[in-house]
Amino acid sequence: MYKLKFNEKVCATCPSSDCLLKCQYMTFSGHKEAHAEIMKIILGKDSRVLHECVTCYACEEYCKRGNHPFYLISERREEKGMFTAARPITNQWINMTEMQGKCLVGDVKDKALSCCYIPELGALGTGEIFKDIAMAGTFGAEFMCPAVHTHFAKMSVIKERLPVVIDNFRRLGVKEVICLHDECYGTFTSIASAYGMEVPFKPVYYMDFLLQRMKELKGKIKPLNITVAYQRPCSNRLIPDKLPLVKKILNLIGVKMPKRTYQDENCLCCGEVIRSVAGYKLADDVQKRNINDMLETGAEYCMFNCPACQIALSEKVSKRGLKPIHIIDLCKMAIGEKEREVA
Amino acid sequence: MSEILKSLIDIVGERGVSNAPEELWFYSRDPGVLEPHKPDYVVLPKTTGQVQKIVQLANREKIPVVPMGNGMALTGLVIPLKGGIVMDMKRMNKILEVNEKARYVVMEGGTSQGVLKAYLQENYPNLRHSIPDAPPSTTIAANVALHGQGRLTNQYGFNSDMVTGMEVVLPTGEICLIGSPSLGPYWFSKGPTLPDLSGLFLGWLGATGIITKLGLRLYPNKKIRDVELFVTDRVELVPEILYKLSHLEMLEDVNVWFQPKPLVFSGNFHVTIFFTGDTEEEIEFKRKMIWDALQEFIDSKDGGFMGVQYMKNMLLEMPGRGIADFADVPKGGGFEYSGPITIIEHYPQYAAKVIELAKKYDVLYASAARLIHGGHCMMFSISFAFNRNNPAMMQRVKEALDEAMAFALEMGGIPWKPNFAEQKMALEKMDPAARKLLKMIKNNLDPQGIMNPGNWEVN
Repeated sequence: MYKLKFNEKVCATCPSSDCLLKCQYMTFSGHKEAHAEIMKIILGKDSRVLHECVTCYACEEYCKRGNHPFYLISERREEKGMFTAARPITNQWINMTEMQGKCLVGDVKDKALSCCYIPELGALGTGEIFKDIAMAGTFGAEFMCPAVHTHFAKMSVIKERLPVVIDNFRRLGVKEVICLHDECYGTFTSIASAYGMEVPFKPVYYMDFLLQRMKELKGKIKPLNITVAYQRPCSNRLIPDKLPLVKKILNLIGVKMPKRTYQDENCLCCGEVIRSVAGYKLADDVQKRNINDMLETGAEYCMFNCPACQIALSEKVSKRGLKPIHIIDLCKMAIGEKEREVA
Repeated sequence: MSEILKSLIDIVGERGVSNAPEELWFYSRDPGVLEPHKPDYVVLPKTTGQVQKIVQLANREKIPVVPMGNGMALTGLVIPLKGGIVMDMKRMNKILEVNEKARYVVMEGGTSQGVLKAYLQENYPNLRHSIPDAPPSTTIAANVALHGQGRLTNQYGFNSDMVTGMEVVLPTGEICLIGSPSLGPYWFSKGPTLPDLSGLFLGWLGATGIITKLGLRLYPNKKIRDVELFVTDRVELVPEILYKLSHLEMLEDVNVWFQPKPLVFSGNFHVTIFFTGDTEEEIEFKRKMIWDALQEFIDSKDGGFMGVQYMKNMLLEMPGRGIADFADVPKGGGFEYSGPITIIEHYPQYAAKVIELAKKYDVLYASAARLIHGGHCMMFSISFAFNRNNPAMMQRVKEALDEAMAFALEMGGIPWKPNFAEQKMALEKMDPAARKLLKMIKNNLDPQGIMNPGNWEVN
């Protein structure tokens, strides 16, 4: 069984305890308390963090020293038999993502376009932008990154299934897998690495692909001249080095993204996992603050990266006058493939 | 041409009657597992007067008459067990009156759920009726005649409780007004404060008369409908969950369901909670009340709310189409269910029985229960899907359903829309004095025994 590679000394000597001090959902009196709590977790003792963490993934980004605080929290929770969300919800996720041999594989050669297990991604990965890769799609539990189970502190499911997913791609003979879901890219880079799993193909983040394609399609771009507020997803916290890509893509297509309170490292979760883990009061509060903040920027659109965030927030932002849209659809709008969204 | 056929043509015209084999084939069966039985004639009246003449003819000639809505009860209630005339009421489908302020509608006895829904949406968007999860072509009179339920049943009771008056053609041919229309022009009460004669027809499955006009309560059509979905894996908690929810006194509809496939639903019991409001504030207030009501189960991790965004439109459909999907899981598009009415405390035992029967008879199951009138009881459906092209599978489903009904009766439940065999089981268990009273009523109303014979017969 794979084991989390976690260097205790890194935490023991950490001068900042940023992983906990920067947390948006727990408060600590200062470095001393936060440090004590993380050390308790390392030593397998009970910690209030194990009870209060809402699983936003952010500590993975806050830790600049290469350790994996969130994976450790999830490991410890599972070891102690703790459930973050209700047991039936946890098991529902395990059941619904079970591999049943019902996956779809397109005309895959050297490259595959991973649609994870999210039907919406299949529709996004089409058109001129994806014309050379759209037919090479993979979809289904057999090709799904199992990172979602970290929300439910079921790292054992990840350790069991991720090697199978990796092997499924390997057996396709691909050299590159273009990941349309942040979580897939984060899984193949951050989680696989943290557990010492070898990935025998090159994971490609779709925004890298998108940026490259939009550069190639520059002649077709008509600047959109619109303003968006970006809903950064939890899984983007696993790959913070990829965050600048958003601005680069938006600059290419003439989209402004004014500064707002809850962006970049300070972004807020879409709220739906929080609803399951911590209840509606915190989830409503987070969503309300987040949408208010979006509106204060004067944004016309709420731009998504993750379809799960989009499903969670579309109705809510629409009711407040923001048009929900995925960044890929914005690019399709810019090259005239897609009509402008209406609220 | 027989004299009967000539007489029927005289009454309804040539296009309103048939004894063609292909027509009789269709009218000899329903979508459930019971054996078909051919009628001798099919007749489609257009007026109460025609219904009366047909019944008078049948009474004179001692020919069975089986009144039929859309024939979708699944339990063979319109299969002409003793032949005779199937009276298809679908041509009597006019909305006759809507009293907006008193919130009732008067319509002909063959009016379908879909026709009324569309009529109200177009003409009275502030009003709605309690739509059952049956195809839109099913008729409202048939639904109340078998004590159907619908989307407003948790709030207002069985759909038959919503009847506000009836015009009935008795088995002897008299046309009889029931309730307030028997005294004046208004159709606001089926009985109270008079002796409630509607009970002579509601629940009788067409064995005591034919409903030719029906008054039905309408209810406010709120601007927003919404839904939450709570899941638990502990069946023993379901009664308490339902008790907490019904205590809120503000839910449109509450269903509890479980099924083994697809895997996302496996192992859990799902409580679908529908609620309405005229403003976002009202909806949010109710949503918080619902969450707060179930907080103890969330805290114990025994239950939680599912995100419903991706299936919300499907859940809010009226009628729901999930049942049709279930019917096609084993391919061949068949399903039938036993739907006893029982107390909520018995939910765990019924749930265990469903799984036991599915295993014993090797059939695919699903179950959906619906709270009735704030939780005084519930309808618990024990549903099995089958392939119509597989007689052995159909037989297994039939046996499983028979056993389900026997179990329900043992548990003190009462059958809903029972087939003729289940009616016999119920009659055998019934208090003898009550059984005798049923017999007296049936014999007095239908001395020739012509109305839907084989149903609610006390021998």
